[in-house]
Amino acid sequence: MTHRQPPLDTSPPVSDEVRKTTCYMCACRCGIDAHMKDGKVAYIDGNRDHPINKGVLCAKGSAGIMQHNSPARLRAPLKRVGPRGSGEFVEITWDEALQIATDWLAPIREKNPEKLAFFTGRDQSQSFTGYWAQQFGTPNYAAHGGFCSVNMATAGIYTMGGSFWEFGSPDWDRTRLLMLFGVAEDHDSNPIKMGLAKLKERGARIIGVNPVRSGYNAVADEWVGITPGTDGLFILALVHELLRAGRIDLDYLSRWTNAPVLVNGDPKSPEYGLFLRNEDGRELVIDRNTGRPAPFDQPGVRPDLAATYRKAGISHRPVMHHLATRYLSPDYAPEAVAERCGIPAPRIRAIAAELARVAFDEAFTLEREWTDFRGETHKTMQGRPVSFHAMRGIGAHANGFQTCRALHVLQILLGSVEAPGGFRFKPPYPKPAEAHARPHSFATPGAPLDGPALGYPQGPEDLALYDDGSPARIDKAFTWENPLSAHGLMHMVISNAHAGDPYKINTLFMFMANMAWNSSMNTAGVIEMLTDTDVTGDYLIPRIIYSDAYYSEMVAYADLVLPDTTYLERFDCISLLDRPISEPDAAADAIRWPVVEPDRDVRGFQSVLCDLGARLGLPGFVNADGSAKYADYADYITNHERRPGIGPLAGWRLGNKGLSHGRGAPNAAQLDSYMNNGGFFATPVPPDAQYFKPWNNAYQDWAVELGLSDAPQPYLFQLYVEPLRRFQLAAEGHGDLQPPDHLRAQIRERLDPLPIWYDTLAEGQEGYPLHALTQRPMAMYHSWGGQNPWLRQIHGYNPLYLPTKLMREHDLRDGDWVHVTSPHARITVPVMEMAALNDTTIWTWNAIGKRKGAWALKDNAPEATRGFLLNHLIHELLPERGDGLRWANSDPVTGQAAWFDLRVRIEKAAPQGESQPVLPPVASPVGPGPDELAWKMGQ
Amino acid sequence: MTQLPSRTDRKLGLVIDLDTCVGCHACVISCKGWNTENYGAPLSDQNPYGAEPSGTFLNRVHSYEVLPDHGAAQLVHFPKSCLHCEDAPCVTVCPTGASYKRVEDGIVLVNESDCIGCGLCAWACPYGAREMDAAEGVMKKCTLCVDRIYNENLPEIDRVPACVRTCPAGARHFGDLGDPDSAVSQLVERRGGIDLMPEQGTRPVNKYLPPRPRDRLEREVDGTALFLEPVADEPSGFFAWLDKALEKI
Repeated sequence: MTHRQPPLDTSPPVSDEVRKTTCYMCACRCGIDAHMKDGKVAYIDGNRDHPINKGVLCAKGSAGIMQHNSPARLRAPLKRVGPRGSGEFVEITWDEALQIATDWLAPIREKNPEKLAFFTGRDQSQSFTGYWAQQFGTPNYAAHGGFCSVNMATAGIYTMGGSFWEFGSPDWDRTRLLMLFGVAEDHDSNPIKMGLAKLKERGARIIGVNPVRSGYNAVADEWVGITPGTDGLFILALVHELLRAGRIDLDYLSRWTNAPVLVNGDPKSPEYGLFLRNEDGRELVIDRNTGRPAPFDQPGVRPDLAATYRKAGISHRPVMHHLATRYLSPDYAPEAVAERCGIPAPRIRAIAAELARVAFDEAFTLEREWTDFRGETHKTMQGRPVSFHAMRGIGAHANGFQTCRALHVLQILLGSVEAPGGFRFKPPYPKPAEAHARPHSFATPGAPLDGPALGYPQGPEDLALYDDGSPARIDKAFTWENPLSAHGLMHMVISNAHAGDPYKINTLFMFMANMAWNSSMNTAGVIEMLTDTDVTGDYLIPRIIYSDAYYSEMVAYADLVLPDTTYLERFDCISLLDRPISEPDAAADAIRWPVVEPDRDVRGFQSVLCDLGARLGLPGFVNADGSAKYADYADYITNHERRPGIGPLAGWRLGNKGLSHGRGAPNAAQLDSYMNNGGFFATPVPPDAQYFKPWNNAYQDWAVELGLSDAPQPYLFQLYVEPLRRFQLAAEGHGDLQPPDHLRAQIRERLDPLPIWYDTLAEGQEGYPLHALTQRPMAMYHSWGGQNPWLRQIHGYNPLYLPTKLMREHDLRDGDWVHVTSPHARITVPVMEMAALNDTTIWTWNAIGKRKGAWALKDNAPEATRGFLLNHLIHELLPERGDGLRWANSDPVTGQAAWFDLRVRIEKAAPQGESQPVLPPVASPVGPGPDELAWKMGQ
Repeated sequence: MTQLPSRTDRKLGLVIDLDTCVGCHACVISCKGWNTENYGAPLSDQNPYGAEPSGTFLNRVHSYEVLPDHGAAQLVHFPKSCLHCEDAPCVTVCPTGASYKRVEDGIVLVNESDCIGCGLCAWACPYGAREMDAAEGVMKKCTLCVDRIYNENLPEIDRVPACVRTCPAGARHFGDLGDPDSAVSQLVERRGGIDLMPEQGTRPVNKYLPPRPRDRLEREVDGTALFLEPVADEPSGFFAWLDKALEKI
């Protein structure tokens, strides 16, 4: 047949209209273009103008259309009619649902507001949900940070006023060396990939530190296959090497950090180990000009890193002395840590040398004049082109807080934080711990809480403890067990409520948190707690209200279900009061808006909270006459003011002379302006304010002008964290507020004001030689992806990946089965070999496994047959030590769930029909999805 | 059987950077979304919520482990779609003329109205790049987004294949590989781009850029020069050095 070309229309119409909103297929908040045909969403791609993703979009984002049309979507409010966990519901009206909720919650608020535990999951509206909880009056509020990122966030805030991801990012355009630590294949998804591409394009080096060489670590130039839980030790060995060689930025340390601040050296003083301060409370340094103590911020002061201050026979040494003395110890030499970390000593030395070479030998300056908070003007900006990014891999250990601290100390010693080429904050960060609220923990019947429940404690006086020493919060956040639990401990809520410890609650109210499945440790145990009854047959957790858009595993355990919309059907705001979308060079926030209206009887959860708040008469949600203050969430977004002139959205407010940004009165047309601008607002940081932000007058003034703060708040980076020392002092017997004796040693040892490393192998874990981890695949986000037919064809089940050495030792081939046993439980699952893996580590994808009946999947879906959860092996408490106490499987500083401390052993098992354990199916109010999909809009 | 054109005016194709591809599957799903909604029949999915879901994809990412002679194992992500071969066996094998290669740009397409679903082309393709759509019974393959790249309803900057537009890692490049001066040809030249399975004699237009060498930090500089020289071994020596160093600031 001869060559023959048919006619072809190469310019077909693409869509009727493009509606620009914000993605919610994960937590990255990329801008998306929803291409509409016949009023329906036909195709989704990335918004080129958007500050986060600049047009690109990941697999999840493009598959959003499948999530939006998921057969697992809930259709109407549900009231439970069968036993909890059966999945038997009847549909009810919204009036009935809201009346039930009001009837349950109003008496609680009247008598004991703390008996409502309100916890949200992957909520991106925490400044709103937290405000609602505060108005209700319960301290028992938090989101999912306690089992996710609190170590990373808190260590960053206390050390330098911000952390990674939403707080800041590498200077992608100028960095010459990037070190990634413990980064799974997301967080943040597209910006990291775009940044790696920039580095690759100009030949900058990437070092990936991760037990698993996949994803970003697969494209890294150097892979450091570290043994889990030893990152802190490795980092401190790098610090050792850099100190020993004097390859640290002394000028930076003396000017911008507390390295020169004098530490009280009098062991008899109640302030031993705290900073010396003047009568105004300013930290003291030795001024090299005079050799005398002076406040650190005095104009013209030259803080001395070397000098000690002798007074009344006592030598007070600067932080730098304490730091150098500790880390110059041979305990931190590469040879001393190599075996523990699973990294050869020469490789540690080579990495230290490379950090120093790039930071100092490839240093450059930017020709930008700027003035610091002491009034000194600098002609240029000193670049240090070394940057770091880290995530949950180093955080989700019981030594995670101190490990994250160690990483920040490393980058500060190199002088790279906020330097060109280094790590840069994104507005509203930097913001030091003392500029955040402290916790507000004590409920008053019928009244709001006196401030936000969550915050950053400065010392024992901020703990959430009643006068008798008992915890004020159901999750025991802000107690001596974990004083700096700034994100709460969501993973302890259900077990504590079940145990009535520290007290019984009445209603558990949750949003978007799959606690009956992948978001809990000890999943089977949590399910039992949710369904457990007392002698009279009443549930031990009396009432559960849950909101979700989909039939997730948790829905079956609710008594009342408030169905949420999909992300394309709702208003949201991604606020500068909360977790905004800023970039280092711009403050930015964004909205979601209903690009389509729901075709089911569902409502956006935040709108429901506005309604419920009005029904309960919560201050802030009712007008003076008792009428509802906000018709819905859009009304709140537009008209709420947190402080005069400051609202959820910064763009297009009403100033004295027309539209203004940042500060201004509410503008009824604000949301229209956002929609017209592609769903977001961004305002640039002026060039002279773009670096050295914590100390840069131009930045501080700009931040005040925009309303990010109400006064300039320059501060020093805290190599030495004084609040930790305050808790140690209490444990040493100082002060009125005293920890219980059984916690004194833990507080003295673990709340060290300088970073430390300790092994997290708990007693009772001997005989479990392997580390077991999970990570989230790039193409899937937690459980949400399982209902997505496009994504589940990529990740439909999750084998357990074993290193080659273990495969050989146990005579295993791909597809064979193993028993995996932890001190707590056993699972039986299929295996697959992976060579690019630390020899003592096994891992699997997180949350691919599903429960039969959930997510509109059929019972024979591989997610429900071969797929499995590692969660069954992890207990919220450590194995018994024989001391009569049960210790939390959490970080002793922040309470972060120590998911990645899991130790296991494996043995070959006979082939199985299904991964074990198999939980019985739940009935489904939505039924399974269709047998075939072949759709095209506009036809 | 169907003839190929004797020559094409241009050779449009993709250059895929295996050094940079992180294996995120963004290209896979973006392709699925665009081509479900556009050229020809939608890309259907069978058993989408059940056991062994199986749908039509025009682009898939495979991952392979590589065991180098020295150093740690490596993982390479390998996206694969039609390579728009110059000597495309899928075209010559087609009994109806439904498969064809365009003269103006070299894109290999299937005219779905002439496709009888015999599957010979998929059998003939050594790359496994064609997939039969089970719902429609026609052969589907990468169109290089022929309905995007010339589409006057799209802004000019968006007239690239969906997979290229969406790739977050910048690992996919689109252009005329018949023009030695084009950006993609230059990139192939600079990075030593390669053909996939050249022994098959298909002369693929798409090229792959090989991964750069990994794990060479210790080997870059010989011996001790690599390591940092200590200023002191004891804290006291360090503080003496510190005092002197501060004088110089």
